[in-house]
Amino acid sequence: MHDGDCVALEGFTHLIPFAAGHEIVRQGRRDLTLARLTPDIVSDQLIGMGCVRKLVFSWGGNPGVGSLHRLRDALEHSWPHPIEIEEHSHAGLANRYVAGASGLPFAILRGYAGTGLAAGVTNVAEVACPFTGERVSAVAALNPDVSIVHAQQADREGNVQLWGITGVQKEAVLAARRTLVTVEEVVDALEPRPGATVLPSFVVTAVAEVPGGTRPSYATGYSERDDAFYASWDAISRDRRTFLDWMDAHVLAGARTR
Amino acid sequence: MSVDHTAFSRPGDVAPLPGAAGVRSPAGSGATTDEVMAVVASRELVDATTCFVGIGIPSTAANLARRLHAPRLVLVYESGAIGAKPGRLPLSIGDGELADSADAVVSVPEVFNYWLQGGHIDVGMLGAAQVDRFANLNTTVIGEYASPSVRLPGAGGAPEIAASCGEVVVVVHQSTRTFVAELDFVTTVGHGDGPGARERLGLRGRGPSAVVTDLGVLRPDPVSRELVLDALHPGVSLDIALAATGWPLRVAPDLSTTTPPSHDELAALRALVAAGARRP
Repeated sequence: MHDGDCVALEGFTHLIPFAAGHEIVRQGRRDLTLARLTPDIVSDQLIGMGCVRKLVFSWGGNPGVGSLHRLRDALEHSWPHPIEIEEHSHAGLANRYVAGASGLPFAILRGYAGTGLAAGVTNVAEVACPFTGERVSAVAALNPDVSIVHAQQADREGNVQLWGITGVQKEAVLAARRTLVTVEEVVDALEPRPGATVLPSFVVTAVAEVPGGTRPSYATGYSERDDAFYASWDAISRDRRTFLDWMDAHVLAGARTR
Repeated sequence: MSVDHTAFSRPGDVAPLPGAAGVRSPAGSGATTDEVMAVVASRELVDATTCFVGIGIPSTAANLARRLHAPRLVLVYESGAIGAKPGRLPLSIGDGELADSADAVVSVPEVFNYWLQGGHIDVGMLGAAQVDRFANLNTTVIGEYASPSVRLPGAGGAPEIAASCGEVVVVVHQSTRTFVAELDFVTTVGHGDGPGARERLGLRGRGPSAVVTDLGVLRPDPVSRELVLDALHPGVSLDIALAATGWPLRVAPDLSTTTPPSHDELAALRALVAAGARRP
């Protein structure tokens, strides 16, 4: 990863790559375009630590708890610096990845019509069906410089398997120029699982074994979602000083002791 | 995560709503106003249909319906869980139990493109921070977009849920803050600017069929598409509902009163909520 990269961190409430996000903070990356359907705590942390210049997203909140206070502080008060946003619906942003993964310039969907999102957002346009003339929405392909996902397992050849709620990870990975995967466990051989997503090693740039690397999110088969931490983040993130102290104690301290 | 917008419509810096959670409903059934809302919303759901569910009161209502009169209601969550049968209320749309209990788990592009846009979902349940007289919804910002006074979570799945589900039930607290003459941002189209709007925009579903609030139930006029107050919850006066609406509210000539939550409904709801509170 480099400063200025477009980085996708995907994981739809499940398998969120928290450890990778924390490493981005420790490396002090700057000016990132962060793409993520559901910016939640890890995005709040990256934004509050000043890593993000632009956020491409479709729903920014702490699910079931409340606001993302660092995101709101950035948008409402430009702290720690102003950020740009490009916001979509889930379907719209998911289809940006679909187009990127498909090697197409854009994808189409029924969406955006009549909404404020259609008026103000870049990378959305209305197009006519070449066969019927019907108007539909087009969204530009999203091809991140780097996509980062967390998975349950990889084998020693770097083939990756994830299961449970698999979100938009396959599309984010196949759309990206480079892919980094953190896994709960490296195993000798992947056991085939119905409904699992397999990312063969030839679409994976690097794998790092990081047990628990998705906490406080969860990895089906390995861990439970830490709902209590999601609830506690509301108070931690509400105040700038409390937030910075927490990041210093729980994320940056790891960099100093290595 | 489409629809946990009610949580964000009342950040700590604004006064609690008259019908905020925990407030006793005047209905006399011992139910809180939020309980009345969830129970009445659950009655909108019909057995053996498919329902696209958001987190918050919509999820509570849908899970309640499945335990009461609609055991074959298929719950679809935007995390890709189709036919989820959670034993407790999920905190997020991606809780593991939704996937574990589902008939199928598909990707996010698939749930939106094939299942929702493909026309397989009968009803969507949505919350909102603001609603206008045509049941258009705002979950994006309060104030100016470029310099919002409150930044809300955004669209999530709501625009396409409202576009493509056969019909939509909106669940929202009713006050002059939420029921506004003009939305600060149109996140999700309900009935647009009135007759013909959905057809002109190419929206295939029929749009909002009911708005269930803590005060009563509103339904769109079949011709003008404007919301009309159809029923009040027991103990709620018409004056309260009119005062809690930011436009001159139309009232049905045969304005009725909703049936108070029954003992069974309340018991099922409370068991559901209690199971959620016991999460690990």
